[in-house]
Formats: sequence, C-alpha cells, structure tokens
Amino acid sequence: MSELIKIVEKEYQETRSKYPDFNPGDTVVVAYNIKEGNKERIQNFQGTVIQRKNKGSNGESFTVRKVSSGVGVERVFPILSPNIESIQVLRRGKVRRSKLFYLRGRQGKSARIKEKLK
Amino acid sequence: MSGIIGKKIGMTSVYDENGNSVACTLIQAGPCVVTHVKNEETDGYNAVQLAFDEKKLKNTSKALVGHFKRANTTPKKKVVEFRDFRVEFEEAVSLGLEIKPSDVFKEGDFLDAIGTSKGKGFQGVVKRHNFGGVGESTHGQHNRERAPGSIGACSFPSRVFKGLKMAGRMGGSRVKMINLKVVKLFPEDNLILVSGSVPGAKNSYVVLEK
Repeated sequence: MSELIKIVEKEYQETRSKYPDFNPGDTVVVAYNIKEGNKERIQNFQGTVIQRKNKGSNGESFTVRKVSSGVGVERVFPILSPNIESIQVLRRGKVRRSKLFYLRGRQGKSARIKEKLK
Repeated sequence: MSGIIGKKIGMTSVYDENGNSVACTLIQAGPCVVTHVKNEETDGYNAVQLAFDEKKLKNTSKALVGHFKRANTTPKKKVVEFRDFRVEFEEAVSLGLEIKPSDVFKEGDFLDAIGTSKGKGFQGVVKRHNFGGVGESTHGQHNRERAPGSIGACSFPSRVFKGLKMAGRMGGSRVKMINLKVVKLFPEDNLILVSGSVPGAKNSYVVLEK
C-alpha cells in the first residue's frame, strides 16, 4: 500500500485501538447502534467470528455467525463503522485456519470450536 | 474553469457522519507551476498552462528546457492548458506561480476528473458495449452465448452501417468522470480525497477541473 494512503487512514487508527484483538474462532458480542425512525437503540449480536477481511485497511470487515432457532445467521460488520458501540470477546477459539467457512455445513456437536487455553 | 493536474495514488474508504462507508480515490495534486499565460490580445482566448511532476533535465529537450526556464522552474513531465483559469486569490496569475490544491478546491466542492482509462485489449460486444448475449446455453445454442447476433438486413442495404457496435479494442481512451465530491483536503501533502472512482491506473495523470 502506498505511504500516502496511510496519511488518510491514520485518523482511523484510534477507532481500531478501541476494540480488543480478536481472531476467527473467537466468540464475540458486537453492540451495534440501530436507527429506527428517530429512535436509536443498541442491538447485541453474539456469535463466532468466521473471517476477518482486508485486515489493516480502512475497508476491513469481520463476519459473525450464530445459529438462531436452527437457522444459521451471519452478519458482516465494517470494523471502523461508527455504529459499532463495543466489541467484547467472550471466548478464545482454537482453530487452524483463518476462514471458518466449514462451519456453514455443520451443526450440533461437529460445529463446536475448542477453547484456546493459555 | 479552473483546475489542477494530479496523480492517482489509489483507493480507500472513509466513513461519513451517518456511518456509511464512502469509497474514495486519493489524488496527489500539485504543486503545479504556471508555465505560460495566454490572453485575448495575443492568442485570441484566455488560458493558463500548468505543469506538474519533476522531470530529469537530461530527458528534456532543449526547447522545453527554455520554456520552463522562462517560468523560472525546473522541467516537468505533464503540461496541461486550462481555459479561463480562475483561482481563489485575487492576485493575477503570473509565470512561475505555484498553485496548490487548496487554492483551487475546498472540501465539499464538486469536480470533474479526466484521465486515460485502463486498456482492456480486444474485447467482445458483451463487455465492450454491454450487449446481453444470447441469454441461454441450451435450446440450440452452441458456442454462441456471447455473440452479437445480426449486424444488419439483407439485399437492402447490402452493407453494414458505419459505427455499428462490434468487438474491438477497449479502454485506453480519455474518460471524464463528472461531479465527484471533494471529501477531504490534506494541504501539507497536497492530497485530495474524492468520492468515487477515477479513470486510469495508479500513478497515472488525472486532470481535475472545477
């Protein structure tokens, strides 16, 4: 990446440092600001991070997957979005790849992720 | 019309006050130097010639070296003429004057960007002219999914009309993107961040017009 682009992206480093470091396989809670008409409320989305895309750039995003009443739900969050209130890591997962798309075809016991113990 | 010459650096994205992500192009514009001023008496019209980007002396012809010397500056790579040039400050535009992006644009302005689009080589009609193609791969179609179809009638007119859209060389032409918003200015580094995309590859020249 060009050095000059970093000048533009520099001011967003502060937003990035607000959040804890997390990786694919971790279970997180994302508090997201939602506008409904004039009202604003915060919605929590809890699930497993299955990918982090374009890491380091302004276009970075991450995907959180959860299974809600038997149906898989995935949400993509741009990490620098001002609508994200907070990101909280509940559990560190031990995984061997960076994109956990294999979880999509699995359910129940085989969709579990081992906990990373320090 | 005023403007400036720039160089495309690359793309990134920023967030607006509503939390929407805006795709932006970063352009290094200037500082440009006025190398020639035309006026109505001698040339029949008013114009200002700007030059941008340093060039080695040994790669410059003697004629151009003299031209840049007249404006008290070093040789430059890109030279563009702007008709009826106007800048914010009052003082008259004179030879050798340095023009920076913040002299011409301010945040929230709309500008036009002119560049040379990336060359695509020899392309078919589906990519080049947005033809629909045949649309189905069965029902008698055999290797014709991206074919142009008929190019005209039979014994009348007995020829193919000029300018008919066909396959051929695509890209590498002058393209103007209009009404791009200036999202941000970085006066110290002479950078302009505009919303949307700008024609051309990275490090190619872009003319920004107001």
